[in-house]
Order: sequence, then C-alpha cells, then structure tokens
Amino acid sequence: MGTNHDHLQDPHPAAPARGRPLRLGVGGPVGSGKTALVAALCRTLGRELDLAVVTNDIYTTEDADFLRGNAVLPDDRITAVRTGCCPHTAIRDDISANLDAVESLERRHGRLDLVIVESGGDNLTATFSRGLADRQIFVLDVSGGDKVPRKGGPGVSGADLLVVNKTDLAPLVGADLAVMDRDAARVRGGRPVVFGSLREDPGAPEIAAWVRSVLAEHRSAGPAPGSADAALPTGAP
Amino acid sequence: MLLPAPLLLLADSRLPAGGHAHSGGLEPAAAAGAVTDVPTLAGFLRGRLATTGLVTAALAAAACAHTARAAADHGRASGWTVLDAEADARTPSPAQRRASRSQGRSLLRAVRTASPHPALDALAAFPAPHHPLVLGAAVAAAGGSPAHAASISAYGAVTGPASAAVRLLALDPLAVHRALAELAPRVDAVAAEAGGFAGGDPAALPAASAPALDVFAELHLRAEPRLFES
Repeated sequence: MGTNHDHLQDPHPAAPARGRPLRLGVGGPVGSGKTALVAALCRTLGRELDLAVVTNDIYTTEDADFLRGNAVLPDDRITAVRTGCCPHTAIRDDISANLDAVESLERRHGRLDLVIVESGGDNLTATFSRGLADRQIFVLDVSGGDKVPRKGGPGVSGADLLVVNKTDLAPLVGADLAVMDRDAARVRGGRPVVFGSLREDPGAPEIAAWVRSVLAEHRSAGPAPGSADAALPTGAP
Repeated sequence: MLLPAPLLLLADSRLPAGGHAHSGGLEPAAAAGAVTDVPTLAGFLRGRLATTGLVTAALAAAACAHTARAAADHGRASGWTVLDAEADARTPSPAQRRASRSQGRSLLRAVRTASPHPALDALAAFPAPHHPLVLGAAVAAAGGSPAHAASISAYGAVTGPASAAVRLLALDPLAVHRALAELAPRVDAVAAEAGGFAGGDPAALPAASAPALDVFAELHLRAEPRLFES
C-alpha cells in the first residue's frame, strides 16, 4: 500500500468530544467498499477496542446484516438508520436520526471507545457534518475511474483519510494509480491517502493504525474545539 | 401583519429535526399501490389531513396552551403526562407511536439547541415525548399561540408526505406543489378547528382515526426495501 506521509492542517477541528467515544464517519460512492472497510476495522480493532456501528444503507438493513452475517460484531452493537432516500441529508443537513442512534448505542454499552457511522452510498459531494463525526474516512475504488480524485468534492478533498480501494482491479479497468495519487495529493493539501485492496488485505492494517492514532489524539483531549492548527499525529500511516 | 420569523423556523422543512426520514405513511401506501400519481397523492393527503392531521394539530395546540398555563403556574410541569397519554390513546399503531416519539425527541433536541427555554426543559424529562407536544411547546416558547401551533402542525402533516412522494415516486415536484396549493385552504380549516380545542379538557381532543394508515404503518415495519423510518 502506498501512503502519502505529509500531514499539514486538519480541516476538521474536533467537535467538543472529551469523555465520549470517538465518532468516525465512513463515506463514499456506492460499491466502493465502505461496508468492507467497516467490517475490516471491526475485525482488526474489535479485540482491543469497545466499538459499535451505525449503518445508513439505502436498502434498509442490508449493511447491518452483512456485518452480522460476517460475525464481526454482535447484533446489539449495530444500528441501522433509514434516510428517506437522502443519505447525504442524514449525515450532513439533518443528523438527528444518526445522533439518536449513536447516543443510544453509547447509553446501551457504557464505555465505548469508538462509534463508526457508515454513510449510505452517495456522490462525491457527500460529507459528514462535524456535528456527527469527529473524523471521517472517504472510500473510493479504482473501478470508478482514475479521474475521480481529480474531480475532487468535499469527500475527496476534505476527508481526514482518503482510501482508494480495489487496487487489484487497476490493470483490468485501465486505472493509473500514480495519476490518482498525484491528483489526490493536489486537492488534499497533504492529508493522508491509503491505496489498497480490502479483498486482498481484509484486515486493513494501515487504516486500522490510522484509526488508532486518531483515537489516541482524541483520548488525550485533542485540540481545543474550533482551533485551526490541529495537526494529525505524525505517527499516522 | 408580519409572519414571526421564530415561528417560520419551526415550519421550515429544513429544520434539522429528523423529518426527512419519515414519510407519514406515504411509503407503505405507495408500496400497497394506494398512491401512484399526483391525483392519488392528493387524495392521500386529504385523508391524512382530516384524520392524523386534525388530531396532531389539536394536540399541538393543546400543548401550546398547556405550556403557557404551566409558565403562569410557576413552571410546574404537571399535565404533560396527561397530554402524552392522550396522544398515545389517539395513535393506535405502535409503529406510529414510535415514529411520533422519535420525531418528538429529535425536534426537542433541535429546538432546545436553537432556543433554550424553560418550557422545553419540562418535556426533556420524557425520554421521547410525542412530536405534537414538543411542537406545541416550541411554538409557545417562540412566542406563538395555540392557533400557530395547530397551523404549523397541519401544514407539516401534508408537506412531509408530499416531499416523500417526490423523492420516492419521482412525481413532478411542480405538480405536487400545485396539489399542496389546492389543499392549502383545507389546511387552514383543519388548523382552525384544531386550535379550538386548546385549553379544554384533554379527553375531549379530537380522535379521528385512519385505520388504513394504521395498518400501513404496521406493514411498513416488515417491508423490504424500506427507505423511510415511517
């Protein structure tokens, strides 16, 4: 996996979050591998962290069922939220249902470390409200074409971590990973990008390591709310 | 006369209170083939307005009046339990009760964040108060009257499902808006009727029922796919 190591300014100063679990958004287009990534994080981090997941799938509980079916999390740690045909609304404009789901998981399980909110598949303009997610990952895949990072949009340019999945398919679809890396770097101001294949590497160790580093920052109380100079820890992958 | 902006905020569909994920029974009605186009949507909205719409508008008006009374009574919150039970009694479908309470909780979060007020704190003692109760209290907190509460409630009773129909069935939004405009005088009439119950005996609040909507709401829980919470 290739990684961009520069960490400049973080565009998402943490919401006032001390004393509660880190809330991590996972967004991206349909089929890019959001649920596979969430399952990978649950498998890799599930033994060391107390975690729960909220899914926002357009087709009801399909994603939640996938996580249950793969036995990566017990039933009572997964909540499915319906979004009324508007997945981006539920993570950005009106976060009520997701906040309710996150808070009820936090109430039910006491001391959680991490709550992952997985968006329904959406377009490149979708992004998580800072009122819902402390940090967010945007997941692309190479089969959508190597021009996607160039197109940018709030998810590609603003997410705390950009994941480019299905790199094993690059030769088959004629996608140039170097082009994607260069374009992503240009619109992301140096924030990290991880290339990989969740099919070939289902544990997603690099991404899990990034989550650990963000969680460590969160636990150490993190930057003051609203501060503009909060930098990601240099130990991020 | 000015339309008070604090009340316009409560009537705005962009109010971040979770309403966008609820279809007011439109999704299951569409799944059952009862709503397929703009004329059948208009019929659905007329029926919903005359039943659920009237009941929830009257509850909102009663809650608004109760808020004003409770404030005059040194903030004592007794009475909310009664109104909450009256709302339960007028909502026979458990799925609809859950939808109302879920939206009530979300609305309470939104209005308490936007404009904190002692009237809203009393309702926060409930884990999830019914939506019309929170709306009535929020209208009172914003300086509005029971008539305003009934008006905003009745208006939302038709605009919510209409918006869901545009998204779910890809109906022409201009044609749907025309249907809403044609329905507007009925919205006012229902609001006026509902507002008349404010301050009276809660047991005498209207109890118009829509058995088909109740059945649809229950069937919806088992439907696949399901894009709206209710």
